Amino acid sequence: MTAEATTEKARIGAPSIAGFTEEGEQLVASKVDRHHSHGVQVMASRAERLTSHDVADFALPNGREEEWRFTPVRELANLLSDAPTDGDVLSVSVEAPEAFVLRTLRAGEAPRGATLVPADRAAVVASANTDEALFIQIPANAELDEPVRVLLTGKGAGRRSNSHHVIEAGENSRAVVILEHDGSADHNGNVEVFVRGGAQLTVVSVQLWEDDAKHLAQHDAEVAKDAVYKHIAVTLGGKIIRMNSNVRFAGEGAEAELLGLYFADAGQHLEHRSFVDHNVANCKSNVLYKGALQGKGAHTVWVGDVLIQKQAEGTDSYEKNQNLVLTDGCRADSVPNLEIETGLIEGAGHASATGRFDDQHLFYLMARGIPEDVARRLVVRGFLNEIIQQIKVPALEDRLTEAVERELAAGDN
Amino acid sequence: MSTLEIKDLHVSIDTEQGTKEILKGVSLTIRTGETHAIMGPNGSGKSTLASTIAGHPRYTVTSGSITLDGENVLEMSVDERARAGVFLAMQYPVEVPGVTMTNFLRTAKTAIDGQAPALRTWTKDVKAAMEQLRIDADFAQRNVNEGFSGGEKKRVEILQLELFKPKFAVLDETDSGLDVDALKVVSEGVNRAHAQGNMGTLLITHYTRILRYIKPDFVHVFVDGQVVEEGGPELADRLEEEGYDRYAKGAGSAVAAPVAAPAQ
Repeated sequence: MTAEATTEKARIGAPSIAGFTEEGEQLVASKVDRHHSHGVQVMASRAERLTSHDVADFALPNGREEEWRFTPVRELANLLSDAPTDGDVLSVSVEAPEAFVLRTLRAGEAPRGATLVPADRAAVVASANTDEALFIQIPANAELDEPVRVLLTGKGAGRRSNSHHVIEAGENSRAVVILEHDGSADHNGNVEVFVRGGAQLTVVSVQLWEDDAKHLAQHDAEVAKDAVYKHIAVTLGGKIIRMNSNVRFAGEGAEAELLGLYFADAGQHLEHRSFVDHNVANCKSNVLYKGALQGKGAHTVWVGDVLIQKQAEGTDSYEKNQNLVLTDGCRADSVPNLEIETGLIEGAGHASATGRFDDQHLFYLMARGIPEDVARRLVVRGFLNEIIQQIKVPALEDRLTEAVERELAAGDN
Repeated sequence: MSTLEIKDLHVSIDTEQGTKEILKGVSLTIRTGETHAIMGPNGSGKSTLASTIAGHPRYTVTSGSITLDGENVLEMSVDERARAGVFLAMQYPVEVPGVTMTNFLRTAKTAIDGQAPALRTWTKDVKAAMEQLRIDADFAQRNVNEGFSGGEKKRVEILQLELFKPKFAVLDETDSGLDVDALKVVSEGVNRAHAQGNMGTLLITHYTRILRYIKPDFVHVFVDGQVVEEGGPELADRLEEEGYDRYAKGAGSAVAAPVAAPAQ
């Protein structure tokens, strides 16, 4: 393979934005670092991160741990305690076409717990305090025209809620599952996903919480042979959001796409972490998170881990984070970590670009008579639409476009 | 009838080595219905003139004036200039990710006209203009300039020219990077816009070949930030044969005695 080929592929996967400062590089077989990272890497490898179903294995974090260092853990005491759900704080309703099975799974009841093994204190207490996990099972060969919608509404700020959802897309099935969060709560929610052989599953997690909601989440997926998994996190509302979206493979020829969109206003902490574990040969992954920030104290974090294990020959992976900073007083942390243990890969690239609003875009649009404020909105909308367009559920795309408009309008006041 | 008048324009840019003067006293008068070609070697300041007219923030006007029917263009913001009727077809149109052509064209047209175009006729106009410029219909749903080839970007600039109907069009090396077929298509577009009789054109080019398709009324030769020679279309023919060498060699004397703007 050649460097040119990798570069071209990377461009297709994640178009660059003119005028942005780019940090990142293409890693090709000839110049692979065994442990390559821009971050402070305490552990030698992401693979060494502790995972366990046992609450006792995870101490309360103090904020100095690698995986917590960006997070305001002092404000999360309620969410990190080993505590049950506070009564009826979370209402959960499911809208779905007929072609699926809905029931609950107790701890230890297969397949619950086979893919999602908690990787931090928040995730372990969430699952430990969820007796009955909602199980959404899409039968083999089913092709759902309408998405499955899970509506989660918090009924009280500061009240604790736990959940664990299990989604299984049967062999060769095709479905979209949307999790929509609104209202307010201190919500600890895990999502466990099985994408069986040849299936195509999109999971969209939408965070439209009130300003005082807090939400911690671990979403883990296992993608089987020739299956295609897409996870899209859309985070607009909430005071503190921290979502881990992780994927690993159970067969060759599988593909995973982890996408995200976030828009942080003054005082919001929106954190997204992704981990692609290339544990099987000949799989593909693409990670793209895009965020906009405006207002004093708006803070976003993206940490993207990709591990290409020794046996994962033929891997093709790319990850990228782009942030658009709209005002002073914002902070965007962006940390791509790429570990490669074999040189026999198709491609592996990572990039992180955090830029101010681009004057070139502005000039082009204004030179066509479009006033500056309209031009700014057009570009931000455009910047974030790249993710919204990937959802492919028109009704939800329209709602999210409107929600982004409201965020932009709020910034003009 | 409108007039775009540039008088003794001096323009500089900030560089790491300090301020550098690019335009050293340029005067030009363009009226509706006229086509002026500005020709000159690379680095002579042709594109600086184009960008300055459009209001690019990189360029600082240190003295001189630009007026449109007596209105001071230099006091207008970039978008105000466009709404006043100035259109710049850019040499390097930028890609705007996520913004579809359809959305962009309608937003710009609405801004320029001060009201949204009637949907049915607008859609038809866009479609017809795209067909004439041999732009695939699916471009309407693609993001502005994203993944377009150099030639496609230039066609899309002319598409905007035809749809927005400016009073004055500044074409900044629109011909560069075009093959002969694309050059013809683009030139036809400019000629169509011109045939409506309400547009003046400032055609900036390094080469004479576009002048086979777009006939200039006046030709101005630009060297080192000044107009060093002016004439009719025959001047372009002479440049085709002789190139810019004689201006470079005689640059000292030519610059020392720039010709006066032709009486019009």
